[in-house]
Amino acid sequence: MIISERLYFIYLAVAFLFIFAIKALARPNTARKGNYLAMFGMGVAVLITLLILPTRNDFGILTAVTLAAALGIFLANLIQITALPQMIALLNGVGGLSSLLVGLAQMLKENTYSFDVSAGIVIGGIAFSGSLVAFLKLQNIYRIKRLPFFNLLNILLWAALIATWLKFYETQSINTALILGAMAVLFGLTLTLPVGGADMPIVISVLNAFSGFAASFIGFCLSNIALIITGALVGAGGTILAVFMTRAMNRNLAAVFFKSLETQKTDQTFSGQTAKTGSVEDAAYFMQNANKVIIVPGYGMAAAGAQHALKQLAEILENKYHVAVKFAIHPVAGRMPGHMNVLLADAKVDYAKVFGLNEINPDFETADVAYVIGANDITNPLAKTDISSPLYGMEILEVSKAKTVFFVKRSLGSGYSGAQNPLFFKNNTLMLYGDAKKITEEIIAEL
Amino acid sequence: MSFIFVTTVFLLSCFIGCLVVSGVTPALHAPLMSVSNAISGIVIIGALETAASAQSFNTEEILSLIAVFLASLNIFGGFAVSARMLKLFKRRDEK
Repeated sequence: MIISERLYFIYLAVAFLFIFAIKALARPNTARKGNYLAMFGMGVAVLITLLILPTRNDFGILTAVTLAAALGIFLANLIQITALPQMIALLNGVGGLSSLLVGLAQMLKENTYSFDVSAGIVIGGIAFSGSLVAFLKLQNIYRIKRLPFFNLLNILLWAALIATWLKFYETQSINTALILGAMAVLFGLTLTLPVGGADMPIVISVLNAFSGFAASFIGFCLSNIALIITGALVGAGGTILAVFMTRAMNRNLAAVFFKSLETQKTDQTFSGQTAKTGSVEDAAYFMQNANKVIIVPGYGMAAAGAQHALKQLAEILENKYHVAVKFAIHPVAGRMPGHMNVLLADAKVDYAKVFGLNEINPDFETADVAYVIGANDITNPLAKTDISSPLYGMEILEVSKAKTVFFVKRSLGSGYSGAQNPLFFKNNTLMLYGDAKKITEEIIAEL
Repeated sequence: MSFIFVTTVFLLSCFIGCLVVSGVTPALHAPLMSVSNAISGIVIIGALETAASAQSFNTEEILSLIAVFLASLNIFGGFAVSARMLKLFKRRDEK
């Protein structure tokens, strides 16, 4: 298709709108503007495309868009705020599948069997099935422990995928393209099936990047500048987010997908030591007499939906007992990037009181109470001291420096990493066993 | 468009993507994911193109229409999810 110069510049402008939209998303006070800017850009792109194209099947297109709009907006507003990670995963998968189908349609139409269109199909296919698995895992429908043969299976599939790809070049047929797409979907499954829950924020970022790159490659074969730039933006952005998070965990991307944390064992045993169990009365007493309390939320808070109870606890401590309350958030806490922040925002916690890793760490020394709720590995001091620990090198929240630490956990079990947390056995640590929300509500009742 | 030209555009866009995304405060990473998710639905333009130029009601048109549906779902869902999340952050701004 010959694209006129004017259309080219409109598409270019749309891509620029998207860049400015992401720039606006950088700060809370301009973030909403960013979202509107991106919506506007998308609207312009779609309308212009509809206007200049030969209008052959308006009815079909209109029906598809209307149905999707209704379903998408309905789902986005219906779901629980705690289910947002899986919703994002699902939408991402849908986008990947869309790229795959456009690639196939383009092949049928133009009889082009180039690298770019096949890359769009392969990457889109991986994004699709990978996101679907991420969705199922986040929804707790599907759980699996990493099995040893998965790595072998992955390598075999890689080889088969590349072989099919070469075959595709040789035969130039739609049938091999279909097989290639199917293999990509299969590969996406086996790639994400063994990934553990704590690595989910990284995996979601990577899959997000994949759906972006898929769109970009489709743009290559359609010679569409909007697709190329936007896809590359999303692809590179998702990649850099994943890299940030793997750095915060001191892991690398290959390890997330191919190396098990669970199979590594630490030599540290704490058989001779016992953890002290505290009571909610203790917790209430320590907190109301404190000058400074730091709350450290983790996935357990999200799972229990404890954010509103936490906000109430903070409010009572501040207003009734004049305690300074702060929230400390680790970059990889939760199941998606920024997960904890959204939940605290949902509970209307003032974000001036929410701090990142480096901002809050010097504060623990002067804190009287650290209230760790549903978090474990991100506080484990072995990450600093024990070279053999699977967590070694990861930056942690230094809760052990607080005068008293309360751990709300369901059991004394080790974290996702399999590493036992020596903090549990320290003299100034008190364990509160139970559901994060329930325990917090019980403390509130004591105040 | 020549291959060299589109590759240059692609690489420079990757660079810009890294820059702008690095600038986003970690607290807003979730809405960022959702917005970038929505804008990757730009592939809808490709779907519209393949749908419009299809000859009759054939396989490629059906594939394209499904792709239009899926990309739209990605777009509307993504923007709605991010709008919902950003509303939460706004409430705290106004206080």
